[in-house]
Amino acid sequence: MTDIRYLAPSTLNEAVSAFAAGGSAARILAGGTDLLVQMRAGSVKPGLIVDIKKIAEMTAIEQTADGGFRIGAAVPGAVLAEHPRFGEVWPGVLEAVNLIGSTQVQGRASAGGNLCNGSPAGDSVPAMVAAGAIVTVQGPNGRRELPVEKVPAGPGRTNLLPGEILVSFTLPTRPPGSGDAYLRMIPRTEMDIAVVGVGVSLTLKGGVCSAARVGLGAVAPTVLLVEAAAKALIGSKLDDAALNAAANACSAACRPIDDKRGTIVYRTKIAGVLLRRTAAIAARRAREN
Amino acid sequence: MNIITNNKWIGQRTIRPDGADKVTGRAAFAADTNMPGMIWGKILRSPHPHARIRSIDTSKAEALPGVKAVVTSRDIVDFPVDKSVMLGIQDMRWMCRNVMARDKALFPGHPVAAVAATTEAIAARACELIEVDYEVLPWSIEIDDALTPDAPVLHEFIKFEGKPSNIAGRLEVKKGDIAEGFKQAEVVIERSFTTRPVHQGYIEPHACLISVAPDNKTTIWSSSQGQFMVRAMTAYLTGIPQSDIRAIPAEIGGGFGGKTIVYLEPLATLLAKKSGRPVKMVMTREEVMRATGPTSGSKSTVKIGAKKDGSIVAAQGTFYLQAGALPGSPIRGAVGCSFSPYDIPNVLSVGFDVLSNRSKVAAYRAPGAPIGAYAVECVMDELAEALKMDPLELRLKNAARQGTKAAFGPVFPRIGYVETLQAARAHPHYSAPLGKLQGRGVASGFWFNAGGESSAQVNITEDGNVVVTTGHPDIGGSRAAIANICAELLGIDYRRVSVLIGDTATIGFSNLTGGSRVLFASAMVVTQSTDKIITTLRERAAKIWEIDPEAVKWENGAAHPASPNAGKFEPLTLAELAAKAPQMGGPIGAGVQLNTEGAEGGFGTHICDVEVDPELGIVRVIRYTAVQDVGRAIHPGYVEGQMQGGVAQGIGWALNEEYIYNRDGKVDNPGFLDYRMPVCSDLPMLDTVMVEVPNPKHPQGVKGVGEVPLVPVMAAVANAIHNALGKRFYSLPMSPPRVLEVIEAKA
Ligand SMILES: Cc1cc2nc3c(=O)[nH]c(=O)nc-3n(C[C@H](O)[C@H](O)[C@H](O)COP(=O)(O)OP(=O)(O)OC[C@H]3O[C@@H](n4cnc5c(N)ncnc54)[C@H](O)[C@@H]3O)c2cc1C
Repeated sequence: MTDIRYLAPSTLNEAVSAFAAGGSAARILAGGTDLLVQMRAGSVKPGLIVDIKKIAEMTAIEQTADGGFRIGAAVPGAVLAEHPRFGEVWPGVLEAVNLIGSTQVQGRASAGGNLCNGSPAGDSVPAMVAAGAIVTVQGPNGRRELPVEKVPAGPGRTNLLPGEILVSFTLPTRPPGSGDAYLRMIPRTEMDIAVVGVGVSLTLKGGVCSAARVGLGAVAPTVLLVEAAAKALIGSKLDDAALNAAANACSAACRPIDDKRGTIVYRTKIAGVLLRRTAAIAARRAREN
Repeated sequence: MNIITNNKWIGQRTIRPDGADKVTGRAAFAADTNMPGMIWGKILRSPHPHARIRSIDTSKAEALPGVKAVVTSRDIVDFPVDKSVMLGIQDMRWMCRNVMARDKALFPGHPVAAVAATTEAIAARACELIEVDYEVLPWSIEIDDALTPDAPVLHEFIKFEGKPSNIAGRLEVKKGDIAEGFKQAEVVIERSFTTRPVHQGYIEPHACLISVAPDNKTTIWSSSQGQFMVRAMTAYLTGIPQSDIRAIPAEIGGGFGGKTIVYLEPLATLLAKKSGRPVKMVMTREEVMRATGPTSGSKSTVKIGAKKDGSIVAAQGTFYLQAGALPGSPIRGAVGCSFSPYDIPNVLSVGFDVLSNRSKVAAYRAPGAPIGAYAVECVMDELAEALKMDPLELRLKNAARQGTKAAFGPVFPRIGYVETLQAARAHPHYSAPLGKLQGRGVASGFWFNAGGESSAQVNITEDGNVVVTTGHPDIGGSRAAIANICAELLGIDYRRVSVLIGDTATIGFSNLTGGSRVLFASAMVVTQSTDKIITTLRERAAKIWEIDPEAVKWENGAAHPASPNAGKFEPLTLAELAAKAPQMGGPIGAGVQLNTEGAEGGFGTHICDVEVDPELGIVRVIRYTAVQDVGRAIHPGYVEGQMQGGVAQGIGWALNEEYIYNRDGKVDNPGFLDYRMPVCSDLPMLDTVMVEVPNPKHPQGVKGVGEVPLVPVMAAVANAIHNALGKRFYSLPMSPPRVLEVIEAKA
């Protein structure tokens, strides 16, 4: 086994230059709940580990002036849960992040790690996609922003460029009458990987859906933004016909595989079931706001 | 009979002697043991399900700096295939081929070579440097594939009906005349079922540390269900005599039957012998899942015929069980146990041992019995439905009782099966209302239980306390229960009794912790040893008082005159007699060794409620009550623990656990993430009802309790799902995709 170098810089600039210099053998360490497991299994053999937890910006949760939120990429799920306001505004994103693993895993696991791990089944990703989160990344050529759904490239791969680090998620302001929700199907009750995950965020005006976004996980090589499902909801009163149309749009968007976690037929069918259930929860929350 | 009433310690929930060490992390499991100079062993495993090994070149591995020894099948004692050498239920012909592939690799994960090196990383690297020339052969995994006429035959020397075959054995149990029986039947239900192989799922992976001195004196620290089994199998497979091997049992992190055979010990012994260094081996979870014994997957057909009044007249079962790549599936449990809860005049039960290219099965909690009970108890449910009878009534009407001749041979003595049915029927659970999409099912089960060899030594310390040494690893709380019994017999506080598990050099031969035998057998030898000590204590008091030993009784931890006629003396306590021991004939202690008999079978009846999410196909168990005839609950907490543990495992087997194979014949889910055992939040509180019908053949009435509670579970869950949905399930697991498929299938 080769030796592993470990760095824990306190600034983003140091982290980026070390990470870029490390090349393809370098890995970012946030909570480590994916990375360490992969190293133990022998599937990843890094020569350099750059721990980002000592960088203030990566572990901060800020409410922006316009009422949005910026969440550091390495903020653990348990810390996000303790924020006094975040869960009131984005209950769906929070429940998605908090579904990851167990109490022990929550102490470490981050939304940034969940996204950059590149799993199509990552729980926080569909909820972030539905929320319309924008991510900030920084690399050797400076900072850039992109919509969260543009980050995953395929199982285990992202569109981050060499040397780029995910810095934060920015969630937009919430108009009144908004709500979001995330549901996943797992055969057990916890400690399992989503067979399908659905995130829905919507806004109601006078009982009519004025805006909606739908994120769908574990049914394609990447988490999907399902625009056809959102379209079916927008302009409707979220009646059965609209929900069924959105459900069908979700099933139609599925391009799943048969694997140990679920069959194509099963995944395609329950994507629709979960859409209906998730949208109902999001709508209830929207009405309460 | 010596069944004690008005007990002070028997029946108490005393604190287990090993408890504090376990909750504080001090308990030493096999992987916690280290030695100076120790090196690490690793195994090279076959990537192929079936391949002839043309040659193995270990020279590059041996040349790697840090490598101290390499072994292959050439180093292991060969047991020719034409002569059976049995150790308990294991045949050394198969064991020697299971610990290391000989001419053929028989499943992915089959050991091919082993290396010891100064670090784990070097040992792993050395494994990569071993060159194995494989001739890849066609393979089969599933029973149906292994039984087709053109299926690849795993072993040419195994013949069935005169021809080389993947059927390695057949077992038949018969009573009455099955054809005549079915002629009398007015209602007949016949159904076929399949179950998947499931792993015991112990938390602690197999591990050992072994040191071999230049004179061959060998010390083994390992995690197993029997240090004597470890000693004997290691001796057989390495050629070192048993008297030169000392096997020390570590605390064990679960076994459930899976640690009743060896995987690592012979290899580590040979590596230690070759290298002259102590060798440690610890399996990864992946190795555990790929190469250690699950229990069989199965295919069975059960047919039961009854009269319109519900009396069963005939029952027939055919059970095909996967053995893995070497013979030895638990057909005895499936064939023998399935119909045993019932008094049926005509029974024919046949089992087949089927080979295929998967890891060799190992015992798992009531081996074979849950597979048979799943089929039989589901058919019983359909029979009750067809007869419009309550399923518990149908079972009561046909229940085995004292005097019933079981199809597998014996005539039952006083048994408690009827009591479990009555307790289940009377339990509030059975009549509690059910909500929408909820259902309730019941099922029963039987397990043989076992006696066998056990040894104990009971010694009184100089300060008048007690040390008990027995020879069975304690998996289920046996030390606590033995302390209760010994304290009861001696009339002293249980905290004065310290119970230890001896190693193979310090206690006499004791058979495996398996077959639910441990408390049954060790209570017998501990009772006889303690009785001997009490006799000694009475004799010594009699000597001091200068009266007849018969005139002395032992009560409340002291010798007393048996009656006023005997004279008036102050009682002599255990401590006082212990202090006088040097002057009164020396140390006080007694050992007893027995081949215990009279282990009676156990019965259970379970009630299960489920709720189904019909859109997702998810089944949740929402209420569960396990009723069991436990003989005598010496330590109720650990009896309940056994019952709850069995039910939890059964729910996993019923709902989600299965090995998933990829196209290359390899297990695709070799870890707890995708091999879905239930987690705590998957289970409701598992309620238990202990029915105590004491075993008349045991001094404290003990019956085995550890295995019965797994037997009824899968059928109870399946019957509950039927009650909720009106749909029957004939294959396990009843996982969400399959449940949804059945729900959506056109009637
Ligand atoms: C027991 C257990 C249960 C789990 N259950 C779930 C579950 O229910 N749902 C689920 O979705 N996941 C689950 N996971 C997986 C894992 O916990 C999550 O994916 C988690 O969000 C990963 O976050 P992390 O901070 O630990 O990431 P890390 O392991 O630190 O990193 C993950 C990957 O992302 C890269 N990375 C991390 N941060 C950055 C960054 N800022 N910029 C660039 N690259 C980065 C790392 O290099 C690594 O490749 C589970 C894991 C375990 C061990």
